[in-house]
Amino acid sequence: MAKTLFEKIWDKHVVKQIEGGPSILYIDKHFIHEVTSPQAFKGLEKRELSVFRPKQVVATADHNVPTLNQHLPIKDELSRIQVQQLIENCKKHQIELYGLGHPFQGIVHVIGPELGITQPGMTIVCGDSHTSTHGAFGTIAFGIGTSEVEMVFASQCLMQTKPKLMRINIEGELNKGVVAKDIILYIIAQISASGATGYFVEYAGSAIRSLSMEARMTICNMSIEMGARGGMIAPDEITFQYIKGRQFAPSGESWDQKIQEWAALYSDADAVFDQEIHIDATAIQPMITYGTNPGLGIAINGFIPVAESIPDEGERHTIEKALQYMGLESGKSLLGLPVQHIFIGSCTNSRIEDLRQVALLVKGRKKNAHVQVMIVPGSQQVSKQVQAEGLDKIFQEAGFEIRQAGCSACLGMNEDKIPAGEYCISTSNRNFEGRQGAGARTLLASPLTAAAAAITGVVTDVRELM
Amino acid sequence: MDKITTIQSRFVPMPIENIDTDQIIPARFLKATTRDGFGKNLFRDWRYSNDDESQPKADFVLNHKIYSGEILVAGKNFGCGSSREHAAWAIKDYGFKVVISSFFADIFKNNALNNGLLPITVSDVFLQQLFQLSPADTLTVSLEAQTVCIDKSGQKESFEINSYKKTCLLHGYDDIDYLINMRTAIEQFEQKVA
Repeated sequence: MAKTLFEKIWDKHVVKQIEGGPSILYIDKHFIHEVTSPQAFKGLEKRELSVFRPKQVVATADHNVPTLNQHLPIKDELSRIQVQQLIENCKKHQIELYGLGHPFQGIVHVIGPELGITQPGMTIVCGDSHTSTHGAFGTIAFGIGTSEVEMVFASQCLMQTKPKLMRINIEGELNKGVVAKDIILYIIAQISASGATGYFVEYAGSAIRSLSMEARMTICNMSIEMGARGGMIAPDEITFQYIKGRQFAPSGESWDQKIQEWAALYSDADAVFDQEIHIDATAIQPMITYGTNPGLGIAINGFIPVAESIPDEGERHTIEKALQYMGLESGKSLLGLPVQHIFIGSCTNSRIEDLRQVALLVKGRKKNAHVQVMIVPGSQQVSKQVQAEGLDKIFQEAGFEIRQAGCSACLGMNEDKIPAGEYCISTSNRNFEGRQGAGARTLLASPLTAAAAAITGVVTDVRELM
Repeated sequence: MDKITTIQSRFVPMPIENIDTDQIIPARFLKATTRDGFGKNLFRDWRYSNDDESQPKADFVLNHKIYSGEILVAGKNFGCGSSREHAAWAIKDYGFKVVISSFFADIFKNNALNNGLLPITVSDVFLQQLFQLSPADTLTVSLEAQTVCIDKSGQKESFEINSYKKTCLLHGYDDIDYLINMRTAIEQFEQKVA
């Protein structure tokens, strides 16, 4: 029978199907971090259990770490305790930890792929909703809660109900200035922040096939922002070339065998999806959000919807509430809006290609005097590469501040916060109220659009600077 | 885990759509290493001005003494965003046992079920009816019968829950109890695929 990519992987991982209930799904890789794991370790210990398969767990510290002076003890006491607890838990349960100071440390969804841990055909979970990032490699990867982290510790399995399947086909060539972030912001704006709830999404089509692995990760990363449990892309030659030679990638004979297995991971021609969506890539412009959920986005040269003209009362109320919080007006353009902060980082856009794009645009230019620009590379390895390529010099000359790896101002858990009432163009994934700090106003955009605003100090169509 | 059977209570209405887990519990409160005490920071930035407990926001429903109860009723797409289970812990710790909406985000729903907090999906029409009720009105939720009843009118709405999860909640079991007993089968599965 014809199968989808999702079904091919899912079926291979079902240990048992419970009558009238969920499947017991085997998990190949479990990434953990300091924020959503401590209670799971405590729960495990309360039940007097050990971690069932510690070799399949990889840990890092990212959510709650400072991005300055990582060699010094963490100043904030609660953060320090949380990171310390991760160190102790990993030691006790023999889990590999790439903690602060380790050359592999970084945002969990950046390091998994860059170390070659993430491989096609795997099931991958992490106590973080952006685990969908790993789906770019043709994996079933999704975020879980802490109780589920505890379940995977206890059994390397999860009880999961098979989700419905959606395929989003994006065909055509991308316009100038349009990158992966614009594609995903466009999709979410089209189908809304809840449009894929209950579904697992496969992204397909010529526009997806032409993307690099890092661009594909940006797309899969934000699947959760339309409610999808995860997103995935069938692996291809681009995938294999990315993985080849990485730290934990298979090699030698094992590599040849894996390539054969991976090449079979695609949705069969007559496979059936519960829903299919078709998107014309040429219709996509550089995108920016104006509201307080990632579905409230418009083309950079577009206009904020007129709230009063929206028939659905709930939706109208959502937009009115969002505009009030954002200090923006119905029907207006965002172009020319002064911004105070630029944040380039997060598991969505902190990889070397993102930073290369930014560097290419800002080379020889200086930031506007009224904006603060913070670049937070996704990992120690990305930081190293930034230096190796001399991008750090370009950023310094432009007046950008380069920090050390972590989640940083994406979620405002550490000191990297945006002050109340100020605007931040952010390459991260969420523009929720208070996400980047209480009262902070977030405009989500691509690294290119963020870089353009860094130079002009206002919301800018990047194509004018290209 | 606490058992859930029947709950009769007033409810707290929150007719707002897309309530994300960052609102339910802001990230700065995720530094704890235990599951306890999150209730005092539930909806922190909607509840207080300037992060100050002596400055409650008068227009926020949790600050209205006339609203009370063990049931939270919220607009569609409740619990979207971050996977933080702290959101479910905060709602439970505050004293809610049931959340009713016309649509839940997947991860939140699982997190709630794993903590004995019952997420109930009702129709948009029924949800709007609940929002029209007065603060003194009570609802009766029966997990056994899978119904929500408006006590005043006797009007009932059925809800779905998978039979496995229902059994877990009625008896206070969790998935880990089940999975640990599966370890032998899991080992056999590992050997088979190796």
